[in-house]
Amino acid sequence: MTSKSGNRPPQSDENPLGIDLPLDPLPGHSSLGRLERVLRRGEFAVTAELNPPDSANAADVFERAAVFDGWVDAINAVDASGANAHMSSVGICALLTRMGYAPVMQISCRDRNRIAIQGDVLGAAAMGVANILCLTGDGVQAGDQPGAKPVFDLDSMSLLETIRTMRDDGKFLSGRKLTSSPSVFLGAAINPFAPPFDFRPHRLAKKIEAGAQFVQSQYCFDVPMFAEYMKRVRDMGLHEKCYIMCGVGPLASAKTARWIRSNVPGIHIPDHVIKRLEGAENQKAEGKRICVDIINEVKEIEGVSGIHVMAYRQEEYVAEIVSESDALKGRKPWKREMRADDRMVAERFEDMLSAENGQTPQEIVEGRTG
Amino acid sequence: MASPLADGRTKPGISPEAMKKKAAEKGAFNPAHLTLARRQRKSYTIRLWSVRHSRFLEWFYSHFANTFLALHPVWKAVGYNRAEKPVTFVERGVKGLLFDCRMCGQCVLSSTGMSCPMNCPKQLRNGPCGGVRANGNCEVEPDMPCVWVQAWNGSRRMNKRDAILDVQKPVDQSLRETSSWLRVTALAAAAREEANRS
Ligand code: SF4
Repeated sequence: MTSKSGNRPPQSDENPLGIDLPLDPLPGHSSLGRLERVLRRGEFAVTAELNPPDSANAADVFERAAVFDGWVDAINAVDASGANAHMSSVGICALLTRMGYAPVMQISCRDRNRIAIQGDVLGAAAMGVANILCLTGDGVQAGDQPGAKPVFDLDSMSLLETIRTMRDDGKFLSGRKLTSSPSVFLGAAINPFAPPFDFRPHRLAKKIEAGAQFVQSQYCFDVPMFAEYMKRVRDMGLHEKCYIMCGVGPLASAKTARWIRSNVPGIHIPDHVIKRLEGAENQKAEGKRICVDIINEVKEIEGVSGIHVMAYRQEEYVAEIVSESDALKGRKPWKREMRADDRMVAERFEDMLSAENGQTPQEIVEGRTG
Repeated sequence: MASPLADGRTKPGISPEAMKKKAAEKGAFNPAHLTLARRQRKSYTIRLWSVRHSRFLEWFYSHFANTFLALHPVWKAVGYNRAEKPVTFVERGVKGLLFDCRMCGQCVLSSTGMSCPMNCPKQLRNGPCGGVRANGNCEVEPDMPCVWVQAWNGSRRMNKRDAILDVQKPVDQSLRETSSWLRVTALAAAAREEANRS
């Protein structure tokens, strides 16, 4: 590689011709993305959730993604989580892929029907999105617009199956042919912390049958409960068919924990966690400590392939949490850096601006080239 | 005390907002668009009875399906199209009473423990979602037992208890408000004829 790779140190899992370009296909891989490579290599993966901005400004997305630089393997672009309107996941993914990030595009079934979703999948894959996470989505009652019409045309399971058919058979749900199929790594969500508990592992099996290749779990605050779930998952041999990532996140205070418990569906926070938060002098720091402790415990559970950090409104702590828990085990994920040509331009500009020798830009250029 | 408050209430402290606040303190998640009054009007007694007797209903249903199939010549003589209207009427009445049926036209009760999945506010055909409350009630409607928790319980009592593990196809919305009984019968009759011919 000539001028392009320039003085940029080589990074693993990156196309040497340009960071925004897809990687070479590997045998047995269904996507061209970095997340799949990391997981299939057996490394402990870390993903994080990007808090979607309520703005029409691309810089907001870049700013929020930049705090994860060098700490995560993929960034989840959420699809109106909690039924609140934000910048769409397609939009966020368009911006992220442009900068070379590896996004996990979430698709929830609440807002779009099967026609819209299949179109979005094609569009996303064309932009270079390599990972798609299929969700049912929270009910509209949970968000800021409870009067909206809930769509729920597909559910997470049939959505997985639909995208898998598009990828593997090159067909729409209707059977119509695609001229080129979307190469995506398919994900789903699991919630081991909600009843019916004995059905939950079977439900994971169903999702795997429908096409899930990796799953991210709901916030885990109750490690024994998660361990119990994982034990049953291992008994069924599911951890060998699918990469399981445990969802974690810091709680800002005991008050927020209480609020989440009563207002956000599906999150289970045991009393002892709230007690520990209450007892602490600095609740925010304690929330972070609890999160690190949970990661350390979860890391040791057999069958867990990674963590998914959801630090809502505390994104700046993700780096600290990941480094303190040593979740990456010394590994360095891909980091966005200036491209070689960007650097060259920047250096030139600097020369011109700090023209100590009093030369004009024209003279500099002439002097260099001549 | 008797003079009503400005907003028409007679007693202070029981406004919808106050009620919501109280529920939130108790840990119950309260959706914005459901008033207590509206929720209390609903009853799930019969639907829950059906789930409790899923085994009996499964047995009954299989005999019923055979009878319907035996009547195939009748349906054929009348014409499946002309039978559609009266049969749909009866089907809606019977299943509406027993299961709160929503007439999706592609019945999956035998795979869902006799708990109609179309009563799930998200209309999941492969439930339950991740929002089920700790007490087994629905995320969206806090007073309704989650349809899919019921489905799992019901399926445990049935002979075909593992039918719930099959991945269901998305609903074909163009079949709504049609008779699922007649469709199943017509398909079974066609399959039988096919088998006889070969
Ligand atoms: S809690 Fe149960 S009934 Fe309610 S939306 Fe989820 S699956 Fe449907």
